[in-house]
Amino acid sequence: MSCHSNSASNFKKQKNNGKNLTIALAGNANVGKSVLFNQLTGSSQIIGNWPGKTVDKAEGALTFEGQKITVIDLPGIYSFSTFGMEELVSREYIATQNPDAVINVVDAAVLERNLFFTMQLIEMDAPLVLCLNQVDEAKKKGITINRKKLEQLLGVPVVPTVAIRGEGIYELTKTALNVTRDRQNHKSHLRYGAEIEQRISKLDQTIQNANLNLNYPSRWVAIKLLENDPEIKKLVASSESVNKASEALAAEISAIHHEPSFAVIASERYGLASKIASEVQRQAEVRTTISDRVEWITTHRVLGYVTSAAVIAGLLVWTFSIGSLLSGLFSKGLSFFSPVNPALSGSIQGILWNGVWGGVVASLTLIIPFVVPFYLMLAMIEDSGILTRVAFMMDSAMHKIGLHGKALIPMILGYGCNVPAIRACRIMETKRERLLATFAITFAPCAARTIVILGLVAVFLGPWWALSLYVVDIALIFILGRIALKVVPGQSTGLIMEMSSFKVPSLSVVARQTWARTKSLIYIVVPLYIAGSVIVQALYAVGVLQQVSNALSPITVFWLGLPAIAGILLILGFVRKEMVLLAAVAIFSSTNLALFFSPVQLVTLALVNMIYIPCLSTVAVLAKDYGWKTAAVISVANFAVAILVGGIAFRLLSLVL
Amino acid sequence: MPKSEVESSKSMQDYLRAIAALSNNGDPVATTEISRYFKIAPASVTEMLQKLSENGYVNYSSYHGSTLTAKGFKEAQKITRKHRLLERFLSDVLHIGKDQVHTQACQMEHSLSDEAEESLCRFLKHPDKCPDDDKIIPACDLPFSTCEECIALHKQGLEEVGKRQQNLKSICNLKSGVHAKISFIRGEHRILQRLLDMGLTPGTPIKIERVAPLKGPIEVCVRGSKVALGQDIAANVFVESTQKSS
Repeated sequence: MSCHSNSASNFKKQKNNGKNLTIALAGNANVGKSVLFNQLTGSSQIIGNWPGKTVDKAEGALTFEGQKITVIDLPGIYSFSTFGMEELVSREYIATQNPDAVINVVDAAVLERNLFFTMQLIEMDAPLVLCLNQVDEAKKKGITINRKKLEQLLGVPVVPTVAIRGEGIYELTKTALNVTRDRQNHKSHLRYGAEIEQRISKLDQTIQNANLNLNYPSRWVAIKLLENDPEIKKLVASSESVNKASEALAAEISAIHHEPSFAVIASERYGLASKIASEVQRQAEVRTTISDRVEWITTHRVLGYVTSAAVIAGLLVWTFSIGSLLSGLFSKGLSFFSPVNPALSGSIQGILWNGVWGGVVASLTLIIPFVVPFYLMLAMIEDSGILTRVAFMMDSAMHKIGLHGKALIPMILGYGCNVPAIRACRIMETKRERLLATFAITFAPCAARTIVILGLVAVFLGPWWALSLYVVDIALIFILGRIALKVVPGQSTGLIMEMSSFKVPSLSVVARQTWARTKSLIYIVVPLYIAGSVIVQALYAVGVLQQVSNALSPITVFWLGLPAIAGILLILGFVRKEMVLLAAVAIFSSTNLALFFSPVQLVTLALVNMIYIPCLSTVAVLAKDYGWKTAAVISVANFAVAILVGGIAFRLLSLVL
Repeated sequence: MPKSEVESSKSMQDYLRAIAALSNNGDPVATTEISRYFKIAPASVTEMLQKLSENGYVNYSSYHGSTLTAKGFKEAQKITRKHRLLERFLSDVLHIGKDQVHTQACQMEHSLSDEAEESLCRFLKHPDKCPDDDKIIPACDLPFSTCEECIALHKQGLEEVGKRQQNLKSICNLKSGVHAKISFIRGEHRILQRLLDMGLTPGTPIKIERVAPLKGPIEVCVRGSKVALGQDIAANVFVESTQKSS
């Protein structure tokens, strides 16, 4: 290792002597990094078969043969050039945090494209292990890879794995540990064509002479400068010699090739990747697979739209039908024990008893039966790879609200929970598009709102009424999206999206995912309900709630036609949307809400609850990602729309119901 | 040039542009279609087509209709490009109504020199669609693979750089199943960088996997991976055209 990076390597050595090692997972989007991360750490990082789901880096722990290891899952990127936030986060992490080893996860079926990123990791002098993942899928496509030869050409150890089944994980971890011990052995000698390489070395030398005290290896900085990377240019801005040299050399490169220097370097790098890939991989003839046929259907000019609609509507219909079936069974089972005795109401004992029991009944009959099937189906949809097809087919429709097809992915996730969906909006390229997509998502009825729609509408008026609420909602999203587009003007970016390949959803992945999502519900929400329902009962008994409701009655009673108590329900709903249903059950000490609300009131309440304000956690995420002002504007917009639509709905529904 | 010759070259260009516009991906265009387009008698259309055929611009057959030769395609692209650039200029800079730009541009396109066309393109920052009906502006015939070279060389006083030999076609105009090679990517730095990162570097062979209906995205297979490109992006990715549909 040359003298310039002495300080960095000393730092690394010191770290190695410590007990805890750090291994980072890096690679293209959708190659299985998160699957591998879960395998290594036993955690349940959400995974899905669509590019870009890991937006923040995740951290987990692993003990391997007595060695404690911290594993970092970096977001999936295609390059270290500054296209978006993820690229910056990843490269800064690798350069400044000096992980003891970097596992570069590579999709064996798309070797050439993946190697383009591998080259950049090698340029960064990262202590590298190549994890050749999904070798089974590659084999199905007729691709076999000569591991030894690949190791030789890259100068990096290569381990083939099938992360989803845990194959090769042991060897991978062992190899990564070896790399942390003697990283010098794995220095690579990848070199570009002569006219590029000469200029890289020249600039490298100039940078070393300038003594800039950079975090990055000087050769990598030289390459990035020749690529005109704006962030790296800022780093060396203080040194005139480096600036001058880099501009002159970049101009030379572009003059030779009649192409801008960054394009020349990208081409050269891909040239190398292509050469290596063709030397190590063999492609056998394959017949049309089932997935090809499924693919044909999902992107067919007519059937494609049918499947897209089926994915979106099917998720809801499935949740409704299975949910109400389970809910009915549970209620029957529980009514057998039902100790709810209205006569007890008022006494402390009664309040406690009714509150606790009401909470338990509500969770078991209204929440679990709907949420579990919903998450199960969502996990299957995510894992199958169909989401990128839906995005592909719906791209032109999404352009009508200033977004491209990819925005549909977070929006579908929004049906589960707005919070992760808003975070997933980071797959959008610009801040403006993230904001537009986020705004649309706040209107997407999440699982909590679905519970209320089911508990108030589907149970008492039938599933078609409930589904029609969703139709209203989708229409609203479209109309409001058009309005938002006028409010936030600007250029929209076109779609550039890697299509994920189709597969039969893995049972273990789906089960894990469903459990991970349900778990948080059971651990946090159910106790909250039980406690909350006790408190609501107590406050009701004392008479505080009635006063608040009366104050809100101009809106609730006069304009929306709801009973006065709805005011308090909607305030509680702000904390968590399911509270609307739960508090109603607690206050009336009965799950048969049809006794207390007219059909029109049930529909209106569910409709208002669906749109009136994002819940507390959503507002918190909005504030965190976009600032308080934006969060307030979005919340007010939600509220205004809900009151307006609710009032109109009440008047129209009164004519029908 | 005598006046009559100028007139005839003007109408030749109009014919070439019309055939290019009427033809769907290089399919033959019937004489009656052209006569309907110009609202003139089929006999005079036939006369003109024979003349174009003699000059090597058109493959003319009275039964199968007419197709453009490589030479004719180039000429048609050139005049279409000038036309649409002028439309953009009239609309964006002079704020002339979108309903009027077409007629105006039809008058101006024939007298716009190639140098003026290049300057206009740089001045308008390499526009990709025309304002009235969102049609793609064809690529220029300078031998570059990105717009940045044009800008850089222009700053140094654009010397004689020669012309591109091949005809280029946007991948939006390709049918699924077609194999082609990327020659030119138009547009801003960020998008270009992303496309390069995804493997769409100049000179790379690609295959059109499928085209979504309703002006939806185009899925291309590049370096073994499948990438969906929205119409706005795909309109700016140009490949060498293999004229003659086969």
